[in-house]
Amino acid sequence: MYVAVKGGERAIDNAHAWLAEERRGDTSVDELSVAQIREQLKLAVNRVMAEGSLYDPDLAALAIKQARGDLIEAIFLIRAYRTTLPRFGATEPVDTGAMACDRRISATFKDAPGGQVLGPTFDYTHRLLDFKLAAEGEVPEAPHAAPREEATPHITEFLNQEGLIQTEPVSDEVPSDLTREPLELPASRALRLQNLTRGDEGFILGMAYSTQRGYARNHAFVGELRIGTCTLEMEVPELGFAIEIGEIELTECETVNQFAGSKTEPPQFTRGYGLVFGQTERKAISMALVDRALRWKELGEDDMGAPAQDEEFVLYHSDNIQATGFLEHIKLPHYVDFQAELELVRRLRREVMGDVQQEAAE
Amino acid sequence: MTDYNFAYLDEQTKRMIRRAILKGLAIPGYQVPFASREMPMPYGWGTGGVQVSAATLTPDDTLKVIDQGADDTTNAVSIRKFFERTAGVATTEETSKASVIQTRHRIPEEDLTEDQILVYQVPIPEPLRFLEPSEVETRKMHSLEDYGLMHVKLYEDISRHGQIATSYAYPVKVEDRYVMDPSPIPKFDNPKLEMAAIQLFGAGREQRIYAIPPYTQVVSLDFEDYPFEASKADAACDLCAATDSYLDEVITDDAGGRMFVCSDTDYCRSRRAAGHVGALGTAFDEDAA
Repeated sequence: MYVAVKGGERAIDNAHAWLAEERRGDTSVDELSVAQIREQLKLAVNRVMAEGSLYDPDLAALAIKQARGDLIEAIFLIRAYRTTLPRFGATEPVDTGAMACDRRISATFKDAPGGQVLGPTFDYTHRLLDFKLAAEGEVPEAPHAAPREEATPHITEFLNQEGLIQTEPVSDEVPSDLTREPLELPASRALRLQNLTRGDEGFILGMAYSTQRGYARNHAFVGELRIGTCTLEMEVPELGFAIEIGEIELTECETVNQFAGSKTEPPQFTRGYGLVFGQTERKAISMALVDRALRWKELGEDDMGAPAQDEEFVLYHSDNIQATGFLEHIKLPHYVDFQAELELVRRLRREVMGDVQQEAAE
Repeated sequence: MTDYNFAYLDEQTKRMIRRAILKGLAIPGYQVPFASREMPMPYGWGTGGVQVSAATLTPDDTLKVIDQGADDTTNAVSIRKFFERTAGVATTEETSKASVIQTRHRIPEEDLTEDQILVYQVPIPEPLRFLEPSEVETRKMHSLEDYGLMHVKLYEDISRHGQIATSYAYPVKVEDRYVMDPSPIPKFDNPKLEMAAIQLFGAGREQRIYAIPPYTQVVSLDFEDYPFEASKADAACDLCAATDSYLDEVITDDAGGRMFVCSDTDYCRSRRAAGHVGALGTAFDEDAA
């Protein structure tokens, strides 16, 4: 006997209660504090801020805690919170040339003004599990150097002095805001970069990797990768001039790409650009490679039909909140559509079987 | 919940959505791009419908939410609760008492009136999407009214299967202009798309809103010699004996036993309350329902 499925509301409440209990885990183990996540899982916090498009380490840490470490879920929490925030205004463009760099490397020059600064990198660590960390995490203090006083110049500008690298067109146009206007194609480069910087790290990485393996191959050198702190300035209408309102950590990557020239452009180096919140260099490098691949039309290159060259393909599929939502929604009830399909398949089968029997009879 | 604005979205956002809705009503079947917001429920869970409902609701409205025709499916419960908390509007399960009905995958069996608004949750608003993956291309096809590809698809269905092998999200043409996806409703519901109520379609992830004003001509695509046919399971509801409602098939035991019940739970309930009893039903008891 069929009993109508009631009690959805109670089931949801109970599921939420169980989820909260699971999030806490074994209560004999100390609870994680938001500050611990912010300080000790900083790279996760950075990813959540970058893809959540909201620079707030405390909120990102809270989201990670609430999401039980599921970073896409944490990004979702941040995005949903972000949409409810009022807009007070926009800051002045950030001057990354004035960045106080913690890390600054170039793969194209052995040395350059400002020097090579490794900073806190995994690059030359041996990936051996450190069992000491399982017991205690105390570390000796790292040696300090005097901070550089003067601004660190961008390395690609040295190439520009010879005219060897393509000059970016200067524009004071205010870029449109992806979160306030629907994405319409073709997109400007500013809009593409906006999409890439909040796009899923894994997706952007995969796209970038595909260009390295030959799908719209365009060999990239990391002209410069810098990570550090930039000040934010905002013009306050009552004052009439810009004042400093805070600082953010950024990762910036400029790639230098081979370019043999095209119908419209002379042989020269070209650029890809990546700029991401926090210390997120895998993402910033990936972003620069994908940016470069998407510029084929502007540079007069051929369309190789590669996924990373297809603006619509990349921009429409980079957002992990959209992607995971649509992917996971197939868990929701579909019995009405499925019923319609059942009847269709049964009818089609009846007809095919009928034909077969008729043929057999003939 | 006072931390958020009435119906969650801020007034500027609601205005932006209302503008898109009005444009949609002015150009029936045309997909209007809108700056969809990130909602506190995932894309795919009805964020488009929720935003359209939020922009449509007034404090005096009575809201009904259905998923698969039912008021008690988990996501319908969740969305209804969301608006109870953020808008404080009255809610109902009775179709005739609702002024705004948000739906996923069904049109209620009971005829809607001029005083009602039906809001659909739409996953993929583009009827041509599975024939042409590029949005740039499909927008061009709509503007040129170039629907040859769709007719070829329907024709190929007939030549392969002897019939059009689309059972839900069956494409329609609105006011003889735009080919439109009616959202994944079963084709049984297509004839109901010509109705007295306003119909609004919201696709959050795809950032599109479209609409059908009251009494607009909506024609399911077909051929003269292969006319459109609204179909359903060839059975009656086992609870209320209705023969005119869309039926869900429910597996009742592990020996292949099954029964058919109305997918529209309010329709079934009201029929049983009026004394109709199906083959496996028992006399109606308000508490048990």
